Amino acid sequence: MGRGGPAMRYNERELLSLARQPAEKAAEIRMSVPKKGNVLKKRLVKLVVNFLFYFRTDEAEPIGALLLEHCKITKEEENVFSISFIEEPERKYCFECATEEQCQEWVEALRRASYEFLRRSLIFYRNEIQKMTGKDPLEQYGISEEARFQLGAHRQ
Amino acid sequence: MKLNERSLAFYATCDSPADNAGFLYKRGERHTAYHRRWFVLKGNMLFYFEERDSREPVGVIVLEGCNVELCDSAENFTFAIRFGGSKSRTYVLAAESQAAMESWVKSLSRASFDYMRLVVRELEKQLQEMSRGLAGGCGGSQDAPGPWKPKPSALEQSRDRLPALPAILPKENGCAVWNNVLGTDRPPGTSGCGGQDEEGTPRPPPLPPRRRVSNGEAASAGAAVAESPSTFCRLHEQYSREVARLRQDWQQKRRGPPQP
Repeated sequence: MGRGGPAMRYNERELLSLARQPAEKAAEIRMSVPKKGNVLKKRLVKLVVNFLFYFRTDEAEPIGALLLEHCKITKEEENVFSISFIEEPERKYCFECATEEQCQEWVEALRRASYEFLRRSLIFYRNEIQKMTGKDPLEQYGISEEARFQLGAHRQ
Repeated sequence: MKLNERSLAFYATCDSPADNAGFLYKRGERHTAYHRRWFVLKGNMLFYFEERDSREPVGVIVLEGCNVELCDSAENFTFAIRFGGSKSRTYVLAAESQAAMESWVKSLSRASFDYMRLVVRELEKQLQEMSRGLAGGCGGSQDAPGPWKPKPSALEQSRDRLPALPAILPKENGCAVWNNVLGTDRPPGTSGCGGQDEEGTPRPPPLPPRRRVSNGEAASAGAAVAESPSTFCRLHEQYSREVARLRQDWQQKRRGPPQP
């Protein structure tokens, strides 16, 4: 990867197990990774929580996984969308769908697939309910003080 | 399996807020020696660094599907992150104080994407029920709507453990429902809510396209119950009519062509 240091360790077994779980969305889509040539290849693409897994169509174990945080989903030309990450916007993973409708569905689904997006939705709902009732809906669950549910939460 | 490591490292070190951060001792996989590492929890990812100011994490633990337990080991303030599956590794960690241990156990046990999604769905449901309930109860009645009472829910029942979610998730997750119901008036050129703007910075979700009520009015809506039930009812009837109309739109869209 050009960093010179050892690869980041991660719990691969659990990630592989996640890849086997029922997907929010799965389809065979032609895909290219940001490498020389950008050749599109048919892959099984599977969205599970905030990960996008991609498999060779006849294999049980994914070739790769993309964590979908701080990424940008761009609608490209017809039937095509791309995923890039904000620290490297020129490196794009491209996806060519069978139809424009399928393409739009994936764009919508992937834009909502990040943990950070869920968090913003939660804060939004919390505020709406609080405005309507004067009560914090998270209090009854004992989680209103948790850092992850705060607007503009703690910064390191 | 390839992982987008560079993006992961960026996520770990960028200035987006961490859900928890601090020093923990991590027990080695084969040797029982503990190593002090700087841990950063963001979403469902627990990163660990050699030092607090290291530029890149040494590793990450994907927390989805884990259980967090206290240990009865001899070391103080020890807890474990366990996964199902026979060959899964258990991560044993030790905090430096009782308070730190409790804080970590709490934040780690609620760190999953599934949990966050459950909470969002729950709030969404409550918001919908509130509008529906108020619409039903405000038909010319002089009685103020009763105080909003939370019903026991999956979230409440599973308060102290990770909830079990249905094996097959519905096509629209909580955000999709919200998106289609409340976010229909999108500006041209954008699609979906919470998408990124041109610089890739995530936008907050759009406000629903209902009549804007000033903060003062909304806040006093509750107080107005006793003083002016008709204003309160009128307000919420307007709101619920719009929500009902949007729901109808959403349901029609939902009955559209079957998915490929």
